[in-house]
Amino acid sequence: MALAHGRVIPARTVGLTLLGLLPVAFLVVFFAWPVVAIVGRGFSAGGVDTVLGDPQTWRLAGFTLASAAASTVVAVVAGLPVAYLLARVRLPGVGLARTIVLVPFVLPTVVVGLAFRAIWPDGGVLPLVLANAFFNVAVVARTVAGLWAHLDPRATEAARALGASPWRAFRSVTLPALGPAVASAAAVVFLFCATSFGVVLILGGGSYRTLETEIYLRTVDLLDLSGAAALSLIQFAAVVAALVLGAMARRKRENAVKLRSAQVTARRPRGGEWWTVGAAVVVLGLLLTPIVSLLLESVSGSDGWSLAGYRALNTVGQNDALQVSGWIAAQNSLAAATDATLLAMAVGLIASVVLVALRRSPGGLARGMGETMDVALMLPLGVSAVTVGFGYLVTLDALPGDLRTSPLLVPFAQALVIMPLVVRMILPVLRAVDIRLRQAAATLGASPARVWREIDFPLVARSVVAAAGFGYVVALGEFGATSFLARPDAPTLPVAIATLISRPGELNNQMAYASCALLMMVTVVAVALIDRFGSVRGRSTVGEF
Amino acid sequence: MSRTVRTVAGLAGVAVLASACSLSGGDSGGSSASPDQKTPTVTLVTHDSFAAPQDVLDAFQRQSGIKLKILKSGDAGALTNKLVLTKGSPIGDVAYGVDNTFASRALSEGVFQPYTSPEADRGPQRYSVDPQHRLSAVDLGDVCVNIDPAYFASKGLPEPKSYDDLADPKYKDLTVAESPATASPGLAFLLGTVAKYGEDGWKGYWQKLKDNGLKTVSGWEEAYTKDFSGSSGKGPRPIVVSYASSPAAEVGEDGKPRTKALLDTCFRQVEYAGVLTNGKQIPQAQKVVDFLLSQQFQTTVAANMYVYPARQGVELPAGWATAAPLPQAPATMPADKVQAGREKWIGEWRSLMGA
Repeated sequence: MALAHGRVIPARTVGLTLLGLLPVAFLVVFFAWPVVAIVGRGFSAGGVDTVLGDPQTWRLAGFTLASAAASTVVAVVAGLPVAYLLARVRLPGVGLARTIVLVPFVLPTVVVGLAFRAIWPDGGVLPLVLANAFFNVAVVARTVAGLWAHLDPRATEAARALGASPWRAFRSVTLPALGPAVASAAAVVFLFCATSFGVVLILGGGSYRTLETEIYLRTVDLLDLSGAAALSLIQFAAVVAALVLGAMARRKRENAVKLRSAQVTARRPRGGEWWTVGAAVVVLGLLLTPIVSLLLESVSGSDGWSLAGYRALNTVGQNDALQVSGWIAAQNSLAAATDATLLAMAVGLIASVVLVALRRSPGGLARGMGETMDVALMLPLGVSAVTVGFGYLVTLDALPGDLRTSPLLVPFAQALVIMPLVVRMILPVLRAVDIRLRQAAATLGASPARVWREIDFPLVARSVVAAAGFGYVVALGEFGATSFLARPDAPTLPVAIATLISRPGELNNQMAYASCALLMMVTVVAVALIDRFGSVRGRSTVGEF
Repeated sequence: MSRTVRTVAGLAGVAVLASACSLSGGDSGGSSASPDQKTPTVTLVTHDSFAAPQDVLDAFQRQSGIKLKILKSGDAGALTNKLVLTKGSPIGDVAYGVDNTFASRALSEGVFQPYTSPEADRGPQRYSVDPQHRLSAVDLGDVCVNIDPAYFASKGLPEPKSYDDLADPKYKDLTVAESPATASPGLAFLLGTVAKYGEDGWKGYWQKLKDNGLKTVSGWEEAYTKDFSGSSGKGPRPIVVSYASSPAAEVGEDGKPRTKALLDTCFRQVEYAGVLTNGKQIPQAQKVVDFLLSQQFQTTVAANMYVYPARQGVELPAGWATAAPLPQAPATMPADKVQAGREKWIGEWRSLMGA
């Protein structure tokens, strides 16, 4: 706008920019401002350069990146056969697999950490890498399946007819076509792993530290804001690098592959394909192991089987550990996740529409803005929750109503976490809408709003529902930001679980695991409903990042 | 099922899910008391371990006309640091939960203002840290080594009793403790050993612990529920760093505790409350401090938070006398000494233990 300098800027671009200001304003107020304020305090305290010059810092950064990369590799390797199963295989039980694979995503990290601890009592790098991968297999499986289900199988068949082995055909035809989806999922998984906190603390046992745990320690326990600021800078740089790489890989997808309707591509596996199905079943079995062990814990007492934990959901726990009952906590979770989802959908939808329009704009300036905004929208996934939380403390009192202590802040913080996921799911579909349809409508005299209503919306409606559902599930399980902000009289289920598990007493322990089971059940029901609703004749569109 | 029917069914499902939430979504945190416009609301900032029976909080509201809003903010360290960060514009009016390992930081940063509660002369003043009475002691708890007596009985081993025993090869590979860098009981245990062996001697003691197969983990949850054999987790190690009051939560069918705290290995943590500087409702905040020191509130702290009341003559829950007696001679350390040494000791501990 102000950059015009005599050039004529189309009114549409101005309108888009104004609309785009909404999500930008949300990000600035609830993300950028708090983060800049708290990191800025660290800088003004001085000593940032000392920390940046400390070789210890760089060892920490190296370990963080290496372990996150290792988890990402494991998640991709485990996720691909599952993606194949979800996308290409027509067998009974595939729908169930689609739901199961999402459950790890919502489990509280402290509980999963303890479950892995039961298998590897001494912790270490291996369980740490595996636990981070465990949470994220879903991201790979569902993202890649989203594209794989639509890939035209005829290219592979042609390669096979020309004498290529199945493996060769996969490697030289299918894998390159899936590349952008794999890269995109890997970038998201890498972000989650590089910033994971509870798992590292429990399974790293203090010997293995990452940028995230060190930022937490220095901020929360030591109040060493300059040290935390220095580490945040490094984390930020790594995150931006991962995002840019992911964005570059995604861009390839736009002119990449021929897509086919999903239902033609799925069929009964034959021959060697059964091996892939077998691999997928093994992965699902491994994912189920911690889940089953949690369920078993929830029904174990000191004297054998017991349902005491489930009965206790009606209470506030042994010696009033909670201020509300487990059921109320579950209701709080549902309520907060609903508000967060509505908010994230509103902001995310607007952002997606603006992003697509900017990309389609003829001007290089608008496209550049679109690219930048795309990356900026993902940043909340890559910045430490403690940085944002402490940032709120030093900034939000300047807003009317002192939001710092308001229960409203929980949905705001959750929305910040799920909004990037919403954008990643809606954007590809929105971008794929055939531009010729829109041009035809416009030629026939439809206003831009009418084009959106008549053409874009019906085409993306399913993805919108799917994104809302996925965001809802993530909000249900969100712990990092929520634990900072939830009030004790209104804990969410994950916060209640963390409270219960930090109290002595067998009943509190049982109740914590029963609450986990409840969280899983709520998740499974929500995902099943969403998949059913968001699917095209049994084929889901959920989970495309 | 036709597609339309399925779509409608799906929509209905989502709608039910959504409405179930929005019904409770408005003021999900609302307390049962009626929201009277004239009732002043005082915000009490506290740590995650805060727990009190709702009826006692409601009774306070009826008696004082003050509505208490409770804001939990991490552990004692996180709470202190949040208060320091927000001292110019505090997130509440009164705070409870800053302990003697963090009190000096809060006091030197001017987080609290002077207030001498009329209730303070009933016992809390014994733990005073500051002549201006900016902080009033509310409760105390001791971090002690806990053991699983059944393990030692079954192995025919005598039960360990002291710090030195933990370094005895007889008890090799039997102890689990928390890291002082990430867990408050871990920090208290470290401070206990500094108090016992001195600033020059503690490292030698820890070297022996390390050589004797001490396991350190990052949090109380892992140590107590996964590694300790006396808890419901039935882990492999019969010796754990926990609290003097933990055995009160491990009472079996026969009414007897299954675990035991070693009373010669304790470090005392005292938790304080105070009125926040720059708070908006000073007189009401003072009333809340009075409430926390009152007989009414003090009788709840043992059963709800596993700590001992600072007030004298408050009855403890049945069974505490045998399961969780108050250690007679715990180690202590002045708050300013803790403040001066904390970071250095944690750093030295980390390099010593390779953590």
